[in-house]
Amino acid sequence: MTLNISEIRKDFPIFQRETRPGVPLVYLDSTATSQKPLAVIDAMDQFYRRSNANIHRGVHTLAEEATAMYEQARVKIAKFINAPSAHQIIYTRNTTESINLVAYSWGRANLKAGDLVILTEMEHHSNLVPWQILQAERGIELDFIPVTEDGLLDLDAYRSLLLRSPKLVSFAHMSNVLGTINPAAEIIRLAHEAGAVTLVDAAQSVPHLKVDVQALDADFLAFSAHKMCGPTGIGALYGKMDLLEKMPPFLGGGDMIKEVHLRSFRPNTLPYKFEAGTPAIAEAVGFGAAVEYLSSLGMDAIAAHEHEITEYALERLEEVPGVKVLGPSAQKKGGVAAFTLDGVHPHDVAQILDKEGIAVRAGHHCAQPLHEKFGLPATSRASFYLYNTKDEVDLLVNGIYKVKEFFG
Amino acid sequence: MDDLYREVIIEHYKNPGYRGHLEPHDIQFQDSNPLCGDQIEITLRTDESGKVTDARFDGHGCAISQASADLLIESIIGKPLDEVKQLNKEYILDMLGIDLGPVRLKCALLSLKVLKAGVYGLGEASDSLVE
Repeated sequence: MTLNISEIRKDFPIFQRETRPGVPLVYLDSTATSQKPLAVIDAMDQFYRRSNANIHRGVHTLAEEATAMYEQARVKIAKFINAPSAHQIIYTRNTTESINLVAYSWGRANLKAGDLVILTEMEHHSNLVPWQILQAERGIELDFIPVTEDGLLDLDAYRSLLLRSPKLVSFAHMSNVLGTINPAAEIIRLAHEAGAVTLVDAAQSVPHLKVDVQALDADFLAFSAHKMCGPTGIGALYGKMDLLEKMPPFLGGGDMIKEVHLRSFRPNTLPYKFEAGTPAIAEAVGFGAAVEYLSSLGMDAIAAHEHEITEYALERLEEVPGVKVLGPSAQKKGGVAAFTLDGVHPHDVAQILDKEGIAVRAGHHCAQPLHEKFGLPATSRASFYLYNTKDEVDLLVNGIYKVKEFFG
Repeated sequence: MDDLYREVIIEHYKNPGYRGHLEPHDIQFQDSNPLCGDQIEITLRTDESGKVTDARFDGHGCAISQASADLLIESIIGKPLDEVKQLNKEYILDMLGIDLGPVRLKCALLSLKVLKAGVYGLGEASDSLVE
């Protein structure tokens, strides 16, 4: 099935605005956060207009409605990634908090001095710093799967690292800079053969690809709603039941307990054990609406559309003298094109593109070690989602020519 | 927006007059902007009266950060350090002749932050130096 992009664009109210009067909005920053369809905005609006109440324990009508909506969303999210049970979906604030949850709870219960955690050189800071904190606190060891010149993980080096019996392998399914789609199933299979637990940072993959946690055999998988047409402030952690059950609570407070005495508590069952305090209820409802929206279009169709755009974008960008796109060929990457332009700082590129109404990001995109590896202080990054068109790629390329003219 | 890249900015970015590193020097400091990787090093020579006799900047970054560094260095040669200590955000913005949003403001003020941290002999450059 091919997507009708002009119809899809009508689902997103933000595309009715212009960046400035007379300058249409060309949004090429979905890797940072996606735009939101009316279905999501309406679901949250309706929740606040009709059903708002705190969840669980309340017996009044609104509390029951709110609880049902909050839990139905969890079921939809579980189905979206093919989790065996909705109890294995823990609501968090975002991918970062999901990874921190694993580091704080599973990590502190299972990792001791000298234990090895394998990460990769292409990680987002959110999958580096939590482990660095644990390293400082516990004396665990960190090592990294190297990234090759063309932006792929060096799997031979990974196999050698596995000989050192790591306890955990934690990696990005898709790089937010290179766009590389890593062979997650293989990485996980090899980790399991070496006796390691796996954590997949799926912040960039779940929004763009069909992700099946059972097919991957992932132990933990983390993602955010806001990068997949949902609201900010909510994300999820999927975990295997036996691992989640053995883990101690993360944050303490209301809702995560079965009973509390002055000097002791008994933790609640899954997933509530990890959901202390009043959660982001309307956001959960919006998250549910987002996965419903994406499912109605079909993740395979979305991925096919993005692939087509990305292939076109790489082709067009590479024909611009002085432009260099990071990462592998379109076959091996998602809709991300981080690039440099000779002689012009990425900030200046982004600023002049903004003048043309084109939103790209400039900086190290929370992947400073990766930029250091390639000897770049920063890059400009255009990223594509289901609502982007080839015309927008053309506008981007024209914009880059204008940047060159300006600084030429 | 065109104002953001006024001719004076592009000119100082492309042909900086004060790019370099002084050896020996009396004051040296460097810092970077973690958001975009802009980096500035400043070296100064002073005389006994505490006047800046020569100065240079080095580093890399966007047009705004590099042009404002060049303009700043040009403007402080011959000034007493006590006067340099008083320089603030408005001083830089007046020289650039533009208004900047919060993100680009950090680019513009990086060189002043580095300069003041060096002149005050601080271990670390803090944003409060340029507010």
